[in-house]
Amino acid sequence: MAVVRVRYVMPADPTTLDDGLDASSRLDPESAEWVRALTGSGAEREAAVVRLHELLLRVARGEVRRRSGLLRVDGPELDDLAHQAAADALLAITSKIGQFRGESRFSTWAYKFVIFEVSSKIGRHFWRRPQVPLEAEDWERLPDRFGLDPARESEWRELITALRRAVETELTDRQRQVFVEIVLNGVPLDALVARLGSNRNAVYKIMFDARRKLRTALAAHGYPHVNTSEQR
Amino acid sequence: MNGLSALDRFLHTDPEDVGCGQAMELLHLYAELAATNAEAAAERYRGVAAHLRDCGPCKEDLEGLLAAMTEPRP
Repeated sequence: MAVVRVRYVMPADPTTLDDGLDASSRLDPESAEWVRALTGSGAEREAAVVRLHELLLRVARGEVRRRSGLLRVDGPELDDLAHQAAADALLAITSKIGQFRGESRFSTWAYKFVIFEVSSKIGRHFWRRPQVPLEAEDWERLPDRFGLDPARESEWRELITALRRAVETELTDRQRQVFVEIVLNGVPLDALVARLGSNRNAVYKIMFDARRKLRTALAAHGYPHVNTSEQR
Repeated sequence: MNGLSALDRFLHTDPEDVGCGQAMELLHLYAELAATNAEAAAERYRGVAAHLRDCGPCKEDLEGLLAAMTEPRP
């Protein structure tokens, strides 16, 4: 299985994660109790782990229900997915509890893990459905992907032809592969991440760079529909 | 939105976009602020907001997190 290895440096967010305060001094009482119990030992810790798992499972079930329209599954399979997400999130949270700095409520921090697990598992689940061959580059799908009106083909045909030419000449092999799978084949980003054995950040970055290259190429050829300004 | 503007929107990249990694790292902080004041969250975490405008999966995660935060607990 191919693995994407990209050193990815996006511009830094102007915010910082650490404002210098001691984490224990700013925990709300509920968060402090979670941290105390989960970093403790014995029966009290075990009870906290059980409570946390129940909470995570409830959130996972809610999230898979919320996204069930994309999954085309229901009943026991959905619940199994929720159970897997909750179990994996629990492991991640208990192993990373030392990284919780009290900048949010503990519950919000913990929910984030289970939401990410649900996303990841839905991405993997995508491949359990019947698929079109991924290597097929069907450019006839492109107008439909962007809602281009066939009745107005004369307005966009030349641009689409130029876009295809730019995909073929301006992108690296990896950028072209990611563009084809996401844009032409309609593969969700998280599903492609699972297939490539990569991570969301790396695949997004590949697509980000591809989009920028394509925009620059089209603008250089004078296509008026491609706005070259960065700000909107 | 017509098709050509959809294509233009797709090709647009925001230089402030921090990418999925940093957005995911900060998502719980963004969500807590956004739950009460979405504009304040977008202003405080400009790079994350720029990313969320362009990244469907991260935006979906934010919506899931907000839903989990607001759901009544048993």
